[in-house]
Amino acid sequence: MRALITGNEAVSTAVRLARVELIAAYPITPQTSISEKLSQYCSEGTLDADFVKVESEHSAMATVIGAASTGVRTFTATSSQGLALMHELLHWSSGARLPIVMANVNRALGAPWNIWGDQSDSLAQRDTGWLQFYCESCQEVLDTTLMAFAVAERVNTPVMVMLDGFILSHTAEPVQIPEPDAVDSLLGGGPSPPALVDPENPRTLHAVTSPDHFMEFKHHQFQAAAGAEKVSVEVAEEFGKIFGRNYPGTEEFMCGDAETILVASGTAAGTVRHVVRKYREQGKKVGMMRVRMFRPYPFDEVRRIVSGAKRVAVLERAISPGSEGTMAQELRSAAYSAGGGPQVYDFVAGLGGRDIVPEDIERMLELVENGADKLQRVNWLGLKE
Amino acid sequence: MQTTDYTKNKDLKTESFGCGNLACPGCGETIAMRGVLNALDGDAVIVIPACCGSIIDGLFPFSKARVPVLHTPFATAASTAAGVLHGLRRRGNKHTTVVAWAGDGGTYDIGLQALSSTVERNEDFLYICYDNEAYMNTGIQRSSSTPLLAWTTTTPEGDLKKAPKKNIIDIMSAHRIPYSAAATVAYPDDLVAKVRRAKSTPGSKFVNILAPCPTGWKSKPSLSVKISRLAVRSNVYPLYEVFDGERLVLRDNPDPVPVGKYMELQGRFHGLSEQEVELVQRHVDHAWEQLRKRADEII
Repeated sequence: MRALITGNEAVSTAVRLARVELIAAYPITPQTSISEKLSQYCSEGTLDADFVKVESEHSAMATVIGAASTGVRTFTATSSQGLALMHELLHWSSGARLPIVMANVNRALGAPWNIWGDQSDSLAQRDTGWLQFYCESCQEVLDTTLMAFAVAERVNTPVMVMLDGFILSHTAEPVQIPEPDAVDSLLGGGPSPPALVDPENPRTLHAVTSPDHFMEFKHHQFQAAAGAEKVSVEVAEEFGKIFGRNYPGTEEFMCGDAETILVASGTAAGTVRHVVRKYREQGKKVGMMRVRMFRPYPFDEVRRIVSGAKRVAVLERAISPGSEGTMAQELRSAAYSAGGGPQVYDFVAGLGGRDIVPEDIERMLELVENGADKLQRVNWLGLKE
Repeated sequence: MQTTDYTKNKDLKTESFGCGNLACPGCGETIAMRGVLNALDGDAVIVIPACCGSIIDGLFPFSKARVPVLHTPFATAASTAAGVLHGLRRRGNKHTTVVAWAGDGGTYDIGLQALSSTVERNEDFLYICYDNEAYMNTGIQRSSSTPLLAWTTTTPEGDLKKAPKKNIIDIMSAHRIPYSAAATVAYPDDLVAKVRRAKSTPGSKFVNILAPCPTGWKSKPSLSVKISRLAVRSNVYPLYEVFDGERLVLRDNPDPVPVGKYMELQGRFHGLSEQEVELVQRHVDHAWEQLRKRADEII
């Protein structure tokens, strides 16, 4: 079935199809309509789940931690300040190895207040142990949310699915709605997480762990997150076989012979792809790499894609003040890890929901190809000052 | 007072909370834990936020508990317990009592928001606050449960606590939850009866258990039970229950001892002047009179 739905509706639909058993969430713009739709599903019985209406995102994550510990499939959703409030529990849930799935509708963090989209909220959580996937379309949001449950439950690690605030969360696109049976075949037809809290088999979980043991816990967690790259690829392949839609961890668009590769993630990739096509028509060797899987970071894959290019320009919808854009840091780490590698330039654009327009991308291309000597470590696109 | 119920389980091998824990000598928390778990016949899941309890049970890979224990961050005892509750019930377990087990810091202070929300939804769980009246696990810092004029490391001599102890039972009963109660380790039958009442009551239940802390109260470990008895006998800590946020049942104390008798056994009150002890007495007398006026039943 094909339906015209928003990104947020795509999330709610995926959660319904995944037969999630417990949801805990707190309202925040632009996430709220996910929770509203899920409340409706629970109320009308199209989703047999407990929806716990908590008083904060901190409690939302705590509640899904408690429930996931008993082995039920759980979900929450948030944005921005809400994700920041959860921060403590993001570390806790990944350390507890719970396969929680969360949608984060990307939104800027204050001050000053801003409700529109940028990726500074989720990129700031990169070290929490959560896997992160960034989506470009409503279809991808739905499909990635479904795959997130499979990945999370296979590696016992929580997964965050990102969609750009308003640009995707509140924009309706035609989306293919999977059949429930097909989703069941991907997700095993029911909940599968282990019941760690079980009165029949009492365990003490997450007790104080001394320096004698703590590192081994973290090493296991690290290995699981690293191993999630292979698992994510496998899940995407299974998904492709069932549904005919394929999602590589990193999308390559005309990168093969590209001298300049533009790097983007989220909805900005659509604009970049448009500009790349236009330049290709003019005979310019330009390509785009779209970061979809950000945690685990696919170092080898990224290095393979960019190693043949002369230069790489990273388009960031986030900034780490005092440093540079997060995406550029990761990319440099991948591109230079084997020595050599292309020149990497960092561009910040679209903060707080400002439009990223084709002219921004063209300006970026012009600068890296003909004006690199004028570039700084971080370059701001579309500033009015 | 009889104590048969409390010590019913004499087989240490089947005690829900085994021996060999890491508590300080004379710790009220462990006495309370033993009483609560025995009252629940060991059919419980314990959710413990940051507090002395997160150490006492043992460091990985050791645990003294024979029931599931889920350690959880400081502010989340109630909200994590709510998640466990929904998870267990969905998995078909309709009988196990989910217990949030927090200190006064995790209850009166950092966990209050989550607690308020969870009992407002009337989640079917039991919240136990073992109340030792300060942040003891971090080394005796004042909480909003610390009593008037008590010494702590953050209310040092010359700057003793100026605010009286927060009344958590008032806060809980203002949510109109089915059951809230004050208990202490000196009256085990009363404690067990209250926990049993809580277990058989659907919805949110809250029991505050005064749990002396010799380390923080600067008292002799051998006197913990005596001190908590004096807390009740001096009216510093009245034993009462509130049903549905309305009906208040108070255990009477016809012949109260002066608060000085309670305070003199604790180093945290040493050095107070007669006038200061008198000030505490006036606070205690006033609160007791208010409670008696409010009581629907005095037993």
